[in-house]
Amino acid sequence: MNIKNPATVDSLELRRVLDDDGKVVAGAKVPEVSEKDLLRLFETMLMVRVVDERMMRIQRQGKLGFYMKSLGEEATHLSVFPLRDDDWIFPSYREQGAWFWRGYGIENFLNQLFGNRKDPTKGRQMPVHHSANWLNVVSISSPVGTQIPQAVGTAAAMKASGTDSVAMTFFGEGTSSTGEFHVGMNFAGVMKAPVIFVIRNNGWAISTSSERQSAAKSFACKAVGYGMPGIRVDGNDILAVIQASNEAVERARAGLGPTLIECVTYRIEGHSSSDDPSVYRNPAEPSLWEPKDPLNRMRAYLKNESIWSEGLEKEISDKYNDEITKYLAIAEAEPPPAVETLFDDVFQELPWHLKEQKEYLMQQARTKNPHLHNS
Amino acid sequence: MPTMNIIQAVNSALRIQMTNEPKAIILGEDVGKFGGVFRATAGLFDEFGEDRVIDTPLAEAGIIGAAIGMAIYGMRPIPEIQFSDFIFPAFDQIVNELAKFRYRSGGQYPCPVVIRTPVGGGIRGGHYHSQSPEALFIHTPGLKVVLPSNPYDAKGLLLACLKQDDPVLFMEPKKIYRASRGEVPEGEYTVEIGKAKVVSEGEQVTLIAYGAMVDIIKDAAKKAAEIGISCEVIDLRTLLPFDIETITESVTKTGRAVVVHEAPKTCGFGAELASSLYERCLASLEAPIERVCGFDTPFPYSLEHEYMPNADRVLGAIRKTLEW
Repeated sequence: MNIKNPATVDSLELRRVLDDDGKVVAGAKVPEVSEKDLLRLFETMLMVRVVDERMMRIQRQGKLGFYMKSLGEEATHLSVFPLRDDDWIFPSYREQGAWFWRGYGIENFLNQLFGNRKDPTKGRQMPVHHSANWLNVVSISSPVGTQIPQAVGTAAAMKASGTDSVAMTFFGEGTSSTGEFHVGMNFAGVMKAPVIFVIRNNGWAISTSSERQSAAKSFACKAVGYGMPGIRVDGNDILAVIQASNEAVERARAGLGPTLIECVTYRIEGHSSSDDPSVYRNPAEPSLWEPKDPLNRMRAYLKNESIWSEGLEKEISDKYNDEITKYLAIAEAEPPPAVETLFDDVFQELPWHLKEQKEYLMQQARTKNPHLHNS
Repeated sequence: MPTMNIIQAVNSALRIQMTNEPKAIILGEDVGKFGGVFRATAGLFDEFGEDRVIDTPLAEAGIIGAAIGMAIYGMRPIPEIQFSDFIFPAFDQIVNELAKFRYRSGGQYPCPVVIRTPVGGGIRGGHYHSQSPEALFIHTPGLKVVLPSNPYDAKGLLLACLKQDDPVLFMEPKKIYRASRGEVPEGEYTVEIGKAKVVSEGEQVTLIAYGAMVDIIKDAAKKAAEIGISCEVIDLRTLLPFDIETITESVTKTGRAVVVHEAPKTCGFGAELASSLYERCLASLEAPIERVCGFDTPFPYSLEHEYMPNADRVLGAIRKTLEW
């Protein structure tokens, strides 16, 4: 099996602020980020790592049906750093950090994974398909790329409403092969919509290597065909990610239209809890990418800036581990949504045929489960 | 009261919505400057400007995807798909996204998009300008499907769709876009979604159709009357949620039913109507329910009149129910 070597990936133009040791690269443009924000960025990346680790463990214990980790890709999520609360996010299924940054907490996260009565989406979708309209983060769909033209529509509506809000959408490099990628990018270019497209190029779309998705020399260069700038950035370098995102968001707010950002990163583990990369990927490959780990690089940078301590990191990691323990117990104990909610939200009001089906189900439920008499 | 055809009635409804609802946006291929290939949006670009009547790039998935994004942001988009034969590139956006957004988000994101699209054959348009894909969308939970047969209903139903918050596929019978004329109020009014119309009462056989096929069953009823058979003619108007009460009541009374649509027979909407009627009226039925439909072939070009249901074919089905 061929090995995807970071050195080869790096041979193309790639924006970078931090080197693999977390030192600022000579001549790099360091984005202005306050100490407080730097710590919050670090905390969010660490939070993703802690949550992922625990969730995969409980998935392996058989308590959770499905999970998707982001190990090694955490920095890309924080492309949302320059966004305001009135900006909208259209995520795919691997941007936990974007949700946490927005304030989507462990409690909601766990309730959604368990599809229980407290799940903000009422148990309607499998794990990791969150939705949080109160945070302007849009419901996740499994078919990849569908969110791309939708983000463009929201951005066009923002522009038509006279606000300077922007929309940001995330997807993997595999998604750049879909029709919706082309269609969405093209609409955005023509409409000059204030939207930022973030490609997480993590090298793998389940078992298919990125070279099998495109013959172009990069994914960022596709932007040219749609009349917008494309930026290729080291997606494991938090400061480079933020620098690129700042630039794209500023452009969008100023009415200059969309930008495509390719975050070059690497999926250290499988696609999901159902995947087994040993079948299709050289097992030596992930280790080549470990020196580029985004959390390690940021930690080293913070250390150099004297704003990191072991105690602080432990405090953060303990805090989220404790929260997970607390809310996991609650989420597991919480019952599934009430049977009658099966029919809610198909339409605003129940039409006759759904009323009939609901009555039928409730009658069945009552017969089978005497407890439902009292519910 | 002015006389309008269906195109003019649709145009009038759109103008009213664009005037009264500042969040309304029309988007689609050629809907702007040109006013649409059938002229349904004529004059609206000049009146409401290029930001509200948007000529989009040529990609249906983009039109519906963008409309979804606009709707969840609070706008009231009215996308046009130029022919319902061209709706399939947007099938995923309609079936998996538009129809599911409210449900999958636990009610967080209602998606009030009304998609307008011309439907049906009889215009020498061949396979790709003639299909009737309504059953695919009626089968999609979360989507309402409406298909009027005349100018009055077209305007009233379109305005009703634009006032509610569920996604709707609003299909327009293009064969009779101009041929169907009638009195239509200038101002605003609505026709209730989910209510069929008893076009004419009768005693022996209930004829049920929608869209351009309503004229066919009216003709068939006339021909039947000439030979002494009394038919009740029902225009379904809304396909989902369809008016089960009206058709049940009628078939319970007549004891016989003929269901007519242009779409292919197998798994067509007629099958659902017949099945629903069997569930409710079996004891009253004097004969099996007949279906007069398009054939299970692709829609043909040269032989389109052989393909499409006509009054004689409906009359044959009427007689069959009486002779059974």
